[in-house]
Amino acid sequence: MRGDGPSDLAQLVERDRVHRTVYNDPAIFEMEMDRIFEKVWLYCGHESQVPNAGDYWTMQLGRQPMVMVRHSDGAIHVLYNRCAHRGAMICGNRHGNTGKVFTCSYHSWQFNTDGSLESFPLPKGYEGTRLTPDNPDCSLKHAPRVESYRGFVFASLAKDGPGLREFLGDARIAFDDMCDRAPEGEVEVVLNCFRVVQRSNWKIFLENQLDALHPSVTHESTGRAAEAVEHEIEKRHGKAPLDYHYLSAFTLPFHKWDQVQTLNYPSGHCILQGYMGLRPQDPDTLAYEKVMRKHYGAERTEEILGVNIHHVLLYPGLSVQPPLQQLRAVRPLSQDRTLTEIWHFRLKGAPEAIYRRALGYYNLVNSPATMVNADDLENFWKCHQGLASEGGDWVSFHRHAGQDDMDGNVIKSRFGTSEAPMRNQFRAWVDLMTRS
Amino acid sequence: MARAKKKKAAKKKAPPVRRKAARVATPRKSGNGADALREIEQFLYRQAELLDRQRWDDFIELFAPGGVYWMPASPEQTAGEGVPSIFYEDRDLMRVRMKRVTHPHAWSQAPDWGTNHIVSNVMIESEDKRAGTAVVRSRFHMMEFRRDETRHFAGSYVHHLKKTRAGWRIARQRVDMVNGQGAYDYVLQIWV
Repeated sequence: MRGDGPSDLAQLVERDRVHRTVYNDPAIFEMEMDRIFEKVWLYCGHESQVPNAGDYWTMQLGRQPMVMVRHSDGAIHVLYNRCAHRGAMICGNRHGNTGKVFTCSYHSWQFNTDGSLESFPLPKGYEGTRLTPDNPDCSLKHAPRVESYRGFVFASLAKDGPGLREFLGDARIAFDDMCDRAPEGEVEVVLNCFRVVQRSNWKIFLENQLDALHPSVTHESTGRAAEAVEHEIEKRHGKAPLDYHYLSAFTLPFHKWDQVQTLNYPSGHCILQGYMGLRPQDPDTLAYEKVMRKHYGAERTEEILGVNIHHVLLYPGLSVQPPLQQLRAVRPLSQDRTLTEIWHFRLKGAPEAIYRRALGYYNLVNSPATMVNADDLENFWKCHQGLASEGGDWVSFHRHAGQDDMDGNVIKSRFGTSEAPMRNQFRAWVDLMTRS
Repeated sequence: MARAKKKKAAKKKAPPVRRKAARVATPRKSGNGADALREIEQFLYRQAELLDRQRWDDFIELFAPGGVYWMPASPEQTAGEGVPSIFYEDRDLMRVRMKRVTHPHAWSQAPDWGTNHIVSNVMIESEDKRAGTAVVRSRFHMMEFRRDETRHFAGSYVHHLKKTRAGWRIARQRVDMVNGQGAYDYVLQIWV
């Protein structure tokens, strides 16, 4: 890249196009880790992933291996997964229950699940050194800030900065919309994490999430195939399961996608309005709505079920689909490899049928045998490969540039196929990357 | 994750373990179930061959009406209904997958790719001759080559088979991959 001063970085991003180097320069990737991922709030997991004392899950935040653990007093801690002695990872497994302490497999240092040092062997021999049990360097280090919103746990690796609620801003509707749909007002994780590695820069994945121009092209094969079988089933039984509609909805023509609005916030968060019409009037839905009305009353139930959102992108690391209770956490591995961790949640108090309906989407769209992302991943790889070429230096985000509506500092696309979400993500990127 | 697979004890007399010999064309009548084993082995080999030759239509035809192809999300799962699965497909959903991969605009299908399945260690776990059903466990190794890269998947199949006039048909096939729990580098586009 051409120097690393803030002005140079800003020059890589223009109003309606960005320089390809932002995707494939390893030095920029490291800067993104420093200035974006290891500063802002990143998703760790859901509280229900660690219901009991000693339960833990590990995850990578930016470049840091971390562990989220439930302490004996019920508090959740997010700790650096690194023994204070020689630096070995304290948890080698992805998840489990460690009991009262983490024990290092190298020299048996033990730490409580709040990170504090419990013991180390042969305490004699350290006289006159800085190694004393009360030295904080002898404990596991905490993520500087940990907060949760409606059960979703986030950590920031920066000591200072806006709180989680301020960071989420209006995009917290991702969690409100998901949790409000539960008669009991909260969700519970389904203990299964699908993990898929994409061979592209992380930003290419984020851009695709709210790209309403791509589905009817990229997913044409799956949309058409599902539509054909859906019609056959309808001829046989009158009604096909919603599974087919999840897939056939991709065949919407461009002008329909244009009717879907996006909301784009300065933080980089974006909301894509729903298009699938996920409120059918089948007996399962009616039974669910009855339970909802019992908990919330008729008026509030209408308010909740009237929310029509497909995706909420929480920049830079989380894509949430509230009406289907699923989310994908984005973990960049290198400038050309990105891991996604894909989770599903149950609406507490909702009938089983409602969970199973969303499960169809989790299995067909989000599993490692996805009939949808197979073609996205193909595109991501092609983009990343193509951007290495000198056949052109710029990536185009011209569509409807300058034609979107501004509402305060929120960009509202006038057309669904506007490339406003991509331009907005780079607005946030420049802001974070050039902040002193 | 701990593997807590319970090995089902074979209900009736276990078939004798046979070495896989080259005498496929001339099965002998032994009167001890070897013919059934041979027949079922041939059925499994045929299924693998249909996958490797990408004869999706014929592959789906091996499933009974109501038959299900299931790859659990984790080895602890005992039923596919209502739990996360990598695949959980009846014949209709299988036909969506088939139509998808054969669609001219299935972009991810453009690069040439191929697979090679080896199926082995075939054991009849239980057999009900009167009902015409059998539960069969086997092991597989699949190598996939796509766009200059090779991937390997390996694991076990459990076939719940039903005898029909057209021969054996699959009521349920369970596929557990030993490397199914890892992070996938790219995805699975077709059945394993």
